[in-house]
Order: sequence, then structure tokens, then C-alpha cells
Amino acid sequence: MVCYAQLKHDGVAMTETDDILIKIRGLKFARGERWIFDDIDLDIPRGKITAIMGPSGTGKTTLLRLVGGQLRPMAGTIEMGGKNIPKLRVSELYALRRQMGMLFQSGALLTDLNVYENVAFPLREHTKLPESLIHHLVLMKLQTVGLRGARHLMPSELSGGMARRVALARSLVTDPTMMMYDEPFTGQDPISMGVLVRLIRSINDALGLTSILVSHDVHETLSIADKVYVISNGKVVGVGSPEELKNSDSDWVKQFVNAESDGPVPFHYPAPSYEQELLGDAA
Amino acid sequence: MINQFQNLGRSTLDTFSKFGRSQIFLSHILAALGVLFTRFRLVIAQMYAVGVLSLSIILVSGLFVGMVLGLQLYNTLVNFGSTEILGAVIALSLVRELGPVITALLFAGRAGSALTAEIGLMKATEQLSAMEMMAVNPYKRVIAPRFLAGLFSMPLLAAIFSAVGVIGGYLIVVTVLRVDDGAFWSFMQASVEWREDILNGVIKSIVFGFVVTWIAVFEGYDCIPTSEGVSRATTRTVVYSSLSILALDFVLTAVMFGDI
Ligand SMILES: Nc1ncnc2c1ncn2[C@@H]1O[C@H](COP(=O)(O)OP(=O)(O)O)[C@@H](O)[C@H]1O
Ligand SMILES: [Mg+2]
Repeated sequence: MVCYAQLKHDGVAMTETDDILIKIRGLKFARGERWIFDDIDLDIPRGKITAIMGPSGTGKTTLLRLVGGQLRPMAGTIEMGGKNIPKLRVSELYALRRQMGMLFQSGALLTDLNVYENVAFPLREHTKLPESLIHHLVLMKLQTVGLRGARHLMPSELSGGMARRVALARSLVTDPTMMMYDEPFTGQDPISMGVLVRLIRSINDALGLTSILVSHDVHETLSIADKVYVISNGKVVGVGSPEELKNSDSDWVKQFVNAESDGPVPFHYPAPSYEQELLGDAA
Repeated sequence: MINQFQNLGRSTLDTFSKFGRSQIFLSHILAALGVLFTRFRLVIAQMYAVGVLSLSIILVSGLFVGMVLGLQLYNTLVNFGSTEILGAVIALSLVRELGPVITALLFAGRAGSALTAEIGLMKATEQLSAMEMMAVNPYKRVIAPRFLAGLFSMPLLAAIFSAVGVIGGYLIVVTVLRVDDGAFWSFMQASVEWREDILNGVIKSIVFGFVVTWIAVFEGYDCIPTSEGVSRATTRTVVYSSLSILALDFVLTAVMFGDI
């Protein structure tokens, strides 16, 4: 495993120019009248952790669903290894998804299966591996997330943090080349948060993965990301390494990184003028 | 005034688009029906949840419906001195009409609502999305097995309902009301026909099973993924299924038995 990771890293270093795993160009997506993404470009470098940050409701989850092919954009391309995801046929899309792991905000464990069977689920669906091998693989992944002892529990018996770690083990069990994390830190106590931060970093490096991390937790995200995009109102408003963002002189980025409540990203959801609403047409 | 027209227009459009979605949904299910052969165990597991778990309510209701039929018909027929045809009348009403219809109504309330709630909850907790992202087709893994289970269970449950109903009628008519045992069975045997009665009843129950299960899995899959959305979808399943059953029953009866 170590050798393998080493090789991958050397490989990445050697082909510096070709190290973009996912290339998004001119992406447009609307919900009703509202443009969630209005012509954005993103590059996800191979082997790195790329964070997508932005306030709630900016479309971070939507972006992951677009990359996963669950939603189709109105315009633009999302290329992974040269394949344009929105244009793939269903069978090709399913083949590509087997290289992707996604950690959902809620964990999304299958409620009628216990922890062990949840982690075994993708193996049972996609492979005909003998039971003994499945057993080994499942226990290895559960060991990675520290929950080998919890394998007999049902999802309803897990805390939020544990459920997310089981879901992480499940995503990893088929050895994806890319992981997507949707708000992995939200609603976690400080200890589970620390555990998750460490896991995401160490898994990315040990397995030579490419990770996309979607979050609005500034501190944790900046501490593990290699590259950060800040998105607001359908546009990319900042991009760079965490250091660059911290020293950025863009108002948007400053507001977000320093967690100020009002600034270019307004505190208020778009609304008609306050006076007019309170006083009616008299105003 | 304009607003009312707007609302009328919007709800009409919503209804049509929902109808369209349900057709597309059905085509996805049909495309996934191969699971019957490749994942037979999933279908069996669902037949347990959908069929076997509905068995107790079907048995109890069947028994009572048969007993009520026996009592009511006896009270009428005794005035004409023709109580010996009770067996035939009870069996015919059950096999042609009450068996399929009442079973389907009970099935919608018991199994249909459970299917909607289960699938809706899987949607609300992102389990269906997660499956898609694991390259597992939810139509094959979740929807089609449940659909097939409903389709297979309904005719079996209806047959059990009718059989138990006949026993209930027998208990009242022969054991309690002292109608002649031999007449009860022999008139029944002479007047219930295989094609005209049994087969038509089975066709009804298959049609009802198809419609109820389709509505149930569709409402679950199409629900708004919140707890409120799931509970509304569950209610809709019961309401739409019941209305469809009764309306279809009229159409089917007219085609099968009436000379319309
Ligand atoms: N199924 C949907 N139908 C309509 N609007 C949606 C749906 N899902 C999300 N939205 C809207 O899209 C916007 C972006 O959602 P999302 O990607 O979940 O944001 P984030 O993950 O950044 O908080 C939100 O304003 C939300 O209201
Ligand atoms: Mg989100």
C-alpha cells in the first residue's frame, strides 16, 4: 500500500502539466429562476484535496451532484479523465461512478443493514468475491475509520460522527480514485471533527486519492485543503492555496474567511425593500 | 379571478406532469424487471414484507366478510325458501367482486402505504442518491423488487381472502343457521365456473395489484424528501389507490360480466 501511494505521488510530480483530474468549463445551472452556477470554471488537481467553500445555499451540494452525474448542467462541460460527464450514456456513467466515492451530508447509510453489511454493500453489488475476502476488506476499511468494533450495530444506533465514518468506509471499500465530501464537519463535536479532519487528510495521502471537500467550516477546511475555491452568487470569487486566501484582498474572500456576517455576501436573502413591505403601498 | 385561473392552470399542469413522471417511472421499472431472474432473493425478501406481513389482516377480514355475507344473504333468501343456493351466492360474490376489491383496499392500506413510506424515507435520507453514486441502480435494487413483490402478492392474497371468506360463510350458514351441508357445497360447485368467475377474479386482482403497487412505489420515489413530504405521499397512496381500485372495478366488471 505504501509503495503504491509512493508511486502515485512520484507519478503526479513527474507529469506536472497533466495533473488536472476534473476540468469544469463554463458551467451553468439554474433552479427555477435562479442561477446557482453562472458560467464557472474549476480545476480539481489530481492527488490533492480541493475545497469548495461558500455560504449555505450557494450550490455546493449541487456541484457535487453535477460532478457525480446526478444532475445535468444547462451549459458547460465537466470532464473527468477526458470524459464529459453530462454527455455520458447511463452505462458509462455508472462505470465512471465506480471510481468515485461520495460522502453524503447525512451519511446515507442503508437503514435496514448493519454497519458491516453497509460497508460490504458495494462489494456484494459489484463483485463476486468470496465471503472470506469480503470479510477481510470490510474489516480493513472499518479499522481505517476506527469502527471495527461497531460492525454489529445498526445505523440507528450510531452517533452522527460514527455514521459518517461508516459511510466513509463504505465509500472507500471499492478503492475509488476520487472522493467527494459533502459538509463532513457540519454538526460534529470537536473530537469527531478532529477525527474526520485527520482521516480525510491521511486517507487522501495514503491511498493517493483526489478529494473534493465541500464545506463552510472555514477553519477546518483551510487546515487540510491544498487548494480552495470560494463560490458566491454563482461565481467563483476566490481561488488559491489556503495561505493565499488568508492574505487575499478581495472583500468577498475576506468576509468569508474571517466569518463576518455582512459584506459583499449579504446577510439578507433577496427581498423587496423593507419599508415598503412593512408600510405597504403607503410608503 | 385571474388568480383562480392561474391556480387552475397550474394544478392542471402539475397533474399532467405528475402523470407523465409516473409513466416514465413505470418504463424504468419495466426496464429493470430482469431482477426477477438475476436477484430473485430480493424479490422473495420483499414478498415477505409486502405479502406475508399483510396475511393476518387479510385472513381476519376475509373471515368476517364471509360471515357477514352468510348472515345477510340468509336473511333475504330464507324468505324465498332458497337458502340452499347460499353457498353458490357467497362464493360468487367473493370470487368475482369482494375478494379482489376488499383485498386490494386492505393491501393499499397495509402494504401500499408501507412501501411509500419506506421508499420516501430512503429518498429523504439520501439512501437512493447514495446508491446511485455507488453505481447501484435504485430501480433494480429497490423499486423493481418491491413492484414485483406487490404484483405477485396481490392475486395470492385475494385468493386466500376468497377462500377464507367461503369458510366464514360456511361457519355461519351451515354450522350456526343449519342450512344443509351438501346443498351448500354442491350448488357452489355447480355454479362457480373456472373461466367466467375464477379467472376474471384473478385478472381483477392482478390489475389492482399492478395499480396499487405502481402508485405506492411511485409516490414514495416522487415525494418531497422531507418528513412532511413522506407523510403526505403516504396519504396520497391510500387515497389514489382506493379511488383507482373502485373505478377500475366498475370498468372491469362492465367488460367482464355486463353486456355494455
Ligand atoms: N431539489 C431542489 N429543487 C429546487 N431547489 C433546490 C433543490 N435542491 C436545492 N435547491 C436549491 O438550490 C440551492 C443550492 O442548494 P445546495 O446545493 O444544496 O446548497 P449548499 O449545499 O451549498 O448549501 C439552494 O438555494 C436550494 O434551495
Ligand atoms: Mg449542501
